Amino acid sequence: MGELSPGINVLPDLRVNIGSLELANPVMTASGTFGYAREFENLMNLHRLGAVIVKGISLHPRAGNPPPRIVETACGMLNAIGLQNVGVDRFITEKMPYLAALHIPVIVNILGDSLAEYEEITARLAGIAGVAGIEVNISCPNVKKGGVAFGTDPAMAAAVTSAVKKKADVPVMVKLSPNVSDIKVIARAVEDGGADSISLINTLIGMAIDLKTKQPVLANVIGGLSGPAIKPVALRLVYEVAKVVSIPVIGIGGIESAEDALEFMLAGATAVQIGTANFLNPRASEDVVDGIAAYAVAEKLTSIRSLIGGLRLPAARPQSLIPMKNPAK
Amino acid sequence: MSQYQEKATVTRVEQFSEKNYRLTLDCPRIAGCAQPGQFVMLRVGPGKDPLLRRPFSIHQTRADGRLQLYFKVVGRGTDILAQKRPGETLSVFGPLGRGYRLDATSPSVIVGGGLGIAPLLFLVKENCRLKNDCSKDLLVLGAREKIELEPLLADFQAFGLTIHTATDDGSLGHRGFIIELMQSLPLPAGCTVYCCGPEAMMAVVSSLCRSRAIPCQVSVESVMACGMGACLGCSRPAANGGYTHVCLNGPVYDAEELLWES
Repeated sequence: MGELSPGINVLPDLRVNIGSLELANPVMTASGTFGYAREFENLMNLHRLGAVIVKGISLHPRAGNPPPRIVETACGMLNAIGLQNVGVDRFITEKMPYLAALHIPVIVNILGDSLAEYEEITARLAGIAGVAGIEVNISCPNVKKGGVAFGTDPAMAAAVTSAVKKKADVPVMVKLSPNVSDIKVIARAVEDGGADSISLINTLIGMAIDLKTKQPVLANVIGGLSGPAIKPVALRLVYEVAKVVSIPVIGIGGIESAEDALEFMLAGATAVQIGTANFLNPRASEDVVDGIAAYAVAEKLTSIRSLIGGLRLPAARPQSLIPMKNPAK
Repeated sequence: MSQYQEKATVTRVEQFSEKNYRLTLDCPRIAGCAQPGQFVMLRVGPGKDPLLRRPFSIHQTRADGRLQLYFKVVGRGTDILAQKRPGETLSVFGPLGRGYRLDATSPSVIVGGGLGIAPLLFLVKENCRLKNDCSKDLLVLGAREKIELEPLLADFQAFGLTIHTATDDGSLGHRGFIIELMQSLPLPAGCTVYCCGPEAMMAVVSSLCRSRAIPCQVSVESVMACGMGACLGCSRPAANGGYTHVCLNGPVYDAEELLWES
């Protein structure tokens, strides 16, 4: 773009790299909130997305949980969908041709009940046109076995990661659960297992009770909390994980606006995923791209990459200079 | 299929009873392409709480771009909605879902209970527009008491179909349940039933129709987050096993497509 004469507005460079995968901008759609993208084709410009992450795919089709599956909570919602999906074979034949024709990176979220299932799904996705990456769900709270168990045990998390890596012909992103006592341990295990990037956070496990019926609102009893309510928790976890791993971190959790997304990038995220906001505003992800571009122009950033991990921490001061509260009072 | 996110202006708020309201919105793009039985997702305010859009069936559309919703205050969202005043704006997303499939060659029996009356004005209007003569068509409306029915009746009476009413307390029409009224009426031969109301009412209406081999369409309700097939929150057991999603496959179903609790 060096040939452009001065005075011509040059679009800001929003490109980011998730390992070997280059995205046109740092905005992706979170798995389970964007269907298989086609649902949104008349409501936004899908080509504006940095990447699309599709609804989690298992080896065999799953019917999902009985209703009620969702309930609104303060500034958020609980869901217990139960990973309803068409299964990997139907995904490849029915959903993938449309997605491949979009010519945007398509990241396939996968989940299994065993290491063998994770391996088998990955093997079936290898060589499929249009698949640009795999996101490994080791963190869904809404299934009876597998899922979250892999995400809470560092050894299992590493084992799943390396199992998928062995079969994958595209970069592998591993999605972490926040429902652990120290997420840094899991993050390091996943990095050691060979992950190309880490995405976090999946939903926080929660519950809602109907006082009138004295019953849980969700048929599954517990569900995953998402939406603006979880953003501060997500920011903190992204900040902590980004400090201890050297692979790219993707921030997820209550992101509705460009401001939210930029905060995650300052905390150390290379890119972000838009989740629950897609339900409120089907073009939320495109609005976030627009907002990030506007910010980059206003701040005269040559590349949005310069923002990643750019958080300014309070200057460390010698202990003796920190004012003490008067212990006598 | 066109769908829009439209910033709609409130033009009128009518309070029919303590909790029942009708809201008129200037919402021309959605009103211009909506079909009877379809719904909209409404954001009651711009903030993060309440977070989710709420589904509302479309009560009526008009050629001047107005769209009406008929609702009852049942929680926080509808409470906020009831306090809207003309001139305020709301984000409306729609039209969504699969509406009623009107069979213009068959006499219509349109059955609504309680708040289930909401989508039926639009349906009656379209029904009478499609047919040269709707004098053979029946409209059967039920509610707890007169006050829930009376303010709406004038709008329905304009179309010339035969109207029967039932109230739990007998304050208007038949005293008792709508199903008793339906059983007592001679339904026109070869008719199709279009129904919307409480779950229990639709279950008995669909069962009556099944026993008499009458085609029956029902409009069902569900909680949902997105209204467009992304969240998969609005699942409902289907007759052939598995789940159907109310936002995409419904809200109007052939009664036979659904699993009814007996």
